[in-house]
Amino acid sequence: MNMQDVSDNNLHNDENNPETKEIRRNDDKLIYEISRPGRRAFSLPECDVPQCSIEEALPHECLRRDGPCLPEVSEVDAVRHFIGLSRRNYGVDSGFYPLGSCTMKYNPKVNENAARMDGFSKVHPYQPQETVQGCLELMYEMERMLAEITGMDRMSLQPAAGAHGETTGLMMVKAYHEWRGESGRNIIIVPDSAHGTNPASAAAAGFDVVEVRSDSRGCVDIGALRELANERVAALMLTNPNTLGLFEENIVEIADIVHRAGGLLYYDGANANAIVGISRPGDMGFDIVHLNLHKTFGTPHGGGGPGSGPVGVKKELAPFLPSPLVEFREGMYCLDYDRPLSIGKVKSFYGNFGVIVKAYSYIKTLGAEGLRRVAESAVLNANYVMTKLKNCYELPYDRSCMHEFVLSGQTQKKNGVSTLDIAKRLMDYGFHPPTVYFPLIVKEAIMIEPTETESKETLDEFIEAMVRIANEAETGPETVRNAPHSTAVARPDEVKAAREPVLRWRPVQYSVKSAKCSDNLR
Amino acid sequence: MPDYIPNTLEEQRAMLKEIGVDAAEDLFACIPESVRLKKRLLLAGEGMAEGELLKHMRGLSLKNRNLDECICFLGAGAYDHHIPAIVEHIVSRQEFYTSYTPYQPEMSQGMLQAIFEYQTMVCELTGMDAANASMYDGATALAEAAVMACRATGRREAVIPRTLSPENARVLNTYARFGGITVNEAGYDDGKINLEDIERKITQETAAVIMQNPNFFGIIEDVSRIGEMAHRKGALLIVSVDPISLGLLKPPGEAGADIAVGEGQSLGSPLCFGGPCLGFFAASGALVRRMPGRIVGQTTDRSGKRAFVLTLQAREQHIRREKATSNICTNQALNALAASVYLAVMGKEGLRKAAELCFQKAHYAHKRLIESGKFAEVFKAPFFKEFVLKSGEPVAELNRRLLKEGIIGGYDLGGSYAELENGWLVAVTEKRTKDEIDKFVRLAGEFR
Repeated sequence: MNMQDVSDNNLHNDENNPETKEIRRNDDKLIYEISRPGRRAFSLPECDVPQCSIEEALPHECLRRDGPCLPEVSEVDAVRHFIGLSRRNYGVDSGFYPLGSCTMKYNPKVNENAARMDGFSKVHPYQPQETVQGCLELMYEMERMLAEITGMDRMSLQPAAGAHGETTGLMMVKAYHEWRGESGRNIIIVPDSAHGTNPASAAAAGFDVVEVRSDSRGCVDIGALRELANERVAALMLTNPNTLGLFEENIVEIADIVHRAGGLLYYDGANANAIVGISRPGDMGFDIVHLNLHKTFGTPHGGGGPGSGPVGVKKELAPFLPSPLVEFREGMYCLDYDRPLSIGKVKSFYGNFGVIVKAYSYIKTLGAEGLRRVAESAVLNANYVMTKLKNCYELPYDRSCMHEFVLSGQTQKKNGVSTLDIAKRLMDYGFHPPTVYFPLIVKEAIMIEPTETESKETLDEFIEAMVRIANEAETGPETVRNAPHSTAVARPDEVKAAREPVLRWRPVQYSVKSAKCSDNLR
Repeated sequence: MPDYIPNTLEEQRAMLKEIGVDAAEDLFACIPESVRLKKRLLLAGEGMAEGELLKHMRGLSLKNRNLDECICFLGAGAYDHHIPAIVEHIVSRQEFYTSYTPYQPEMSQGMLQAIFEYQTMVCELTGMDAANASMYDGATALAEAAVMACRATGRREAVIPRTLSPENARVLNTYARFGGITVNEAGYDDGKINLEDIERKITQETAAVIMQNPNFFGIIEDVSRIGEMAHRKGALLIVSVDPISLGLLKPPGEAGADIAVGEGQSLGSPLCFGGPCLGFFAASGALVRRMPGRIVGQTTDRSGKRAFVLTLQAREQHIRREKATSNICTNQALNALAASVYLAVMGKEGLRKAAELCFQKAHYAHKRLIESGKFAEVFKAPFFKEFVLKSGEPVAELNRRLLKEGIIGGYDLGGSYAELENGWLVAVTEKRTKDEIDKFVRLAGEFR
């Protein structure tokens, strides 16, 4: 297998040719470093109204002395700069991106077109409700589609991301118990395999966190859970399938244990791609659910966001959902703020509407059958790759997986090759590495989620690369340990970055200020 | 219908054979029968071909009035500013928008460097030492700033003025309720924070004074005075700012702010019915390690070349779990990229010019509306691009009349401020022309 054709991106090192290297335009300069005094790219009209003196109208002390130090570039400078940056980045459209727990599936283009329609993108959130009936109808319908998919009664589309949905859901848990006069319930149980956001969200909502251990099969240890389930438990947070990619087979019993103790069950929807159209959290006994529209429902991750993390609940919890909700009354869609038990607002306005449009468009395209095929194909792809790799890498939980699986690099570690090395070596073969060192309960974890949108050839190429790396770890571990060999930068010094933080560019002439500030930063 | 699954049935069969099962269903054997979905999902429908979908989506979008068909004088936290054409082209590059959070720096130098540049620009705008990679929006940035101030001071109270926007206040109140923070409110006088009242409310228990500048009424507050009051009692000063105003106004960092936050939608993100927006977050050097969210730092790679990485990760949820400074994971990176492109295009001179145009046009509209004799001045204090007038007719009716003529009128303050009945909050951006303002004034003044 050859390295991926990288002609359209610049991730890989093209400095090998010494003759052209010297005069080749250096495209890794900061925008500030290409700034030239007097250059401009903006286009603003001349002022067409009678002007008043700003200095007279505003008190002197509230005006800024110097303008902010922003780059001075021409439009073509700016375009080439940012296009240059894009060529040093890697997206799903560039190639395979098997980041476990992140569901890096293909982002259909038509959804982008839909979200950019003027009637969605050029709408002010406070416009009169009669002028935004299309937005409200879409949100109304989206809420009901997601509620049906998850088996919930009502949903709020307000949270901006998965972790934001978690906080919102846990705030509702708290409000619900307080309303029932059980404010002593201040513990959230999370499995030791949980996403880091789970305990952090619980803390943000004002709870204490207790971990429940996993059993030898990688699922919640039922005995341990029984011991923890008491009158102080507010809820159990669970991802199902869990972060090992394994379905919690005892989910009915787990729900029963938590409910009998008076607690609630929270579903972290990060892994919903495995079960969409197949099984519903609401039917498993979950009371609260969040979904990541940017995972399961095909909206792009945007290099880190924006996402959308709608949160759904069963009837009893619906009064606590954030305000407003969209209702349909007297032939009109409207925003209902009159919800006295609501936890309030968790975000300005109504959520990441632009992302919601894309996910709505995705669901409408696929339909019920399409969604089911998504889960089936995601699970098939994961099992195929797992089957092919389990002879070369340790598979700590050797059974059928769902949409992802976790290998351990412990065999390779014996030759001094770490999971990080394997991840970096994959870059030389043209792949984005999987999630590594998570979940925490697997040593040298390699968490692979292929998603349903990858073809057998792509999977086979990835498998071949992984097999070769396993061989390299035996025969030439140095190659793997020193990877990547082909990228423009390799193994940036993260320790240095954290010890001596340089978090912004500073102009040379400001060196005095710079010295002072970097002292502060330490 | 499209499902974006490349593998043919034959290929799938070959893969099943390799796995050693007969059918894909067998892979779901671990799901107990009792929790399998037996009925068909009804609402997701039958699926749609691309053309059908586009027709359906266009139909929905046409049920909205979009701002290209209207003249917008509505703001109140979300603004109709010009977006340079190149912004959309850059954020539409797949390498950016289809990438994940830059966990693997070798494959993500582009996004990491863009965020590093963004952090620099936010620091320059706000006059602060360090900025993070973004928060969900201005309101959550402000709420997280309050949480951070409580941790930094070991105190559990915050003081907010009533001149903070209702969206900001509501989100803060939710976070405060569940975070165990008591919020005390100070009143206003002539549209500005009542200095005596707020001074009384700042105590030794106050973790932070949280203000907005220009405030919700568009008025410029005395940030330095309030900063001194806060600091005298050992409290931090958190200021939420309109980034466009910073082309003209003193940055919060120079006025004593410890944390500066704000809504960055104005910096190149379309209104999009209120989201995705951009929360920017910056702090003084002493507070850097308490900041929430992702932060990009500069370092060198093994050959000594400059490189960028996510840094100070010991603050974050994936390392620190329940002891993290925040639970934020996914943020608004693409909107931060849009803001970088916007600010690069505008530059120092362009941002100042945009701010001046907003100022001049807003003041022209203000003067003309008062001259019409149908609107009364409510506050005398200086404002930036937004102002409050008292309307002679109920605001809902006024706005309804304007809408018929294709004008989206100002925000009705009566809903959030009982004492400001018929109060009308009008925003004027650089996009409004003299002709549009004249038409607006003429029609607004036409009642009775």
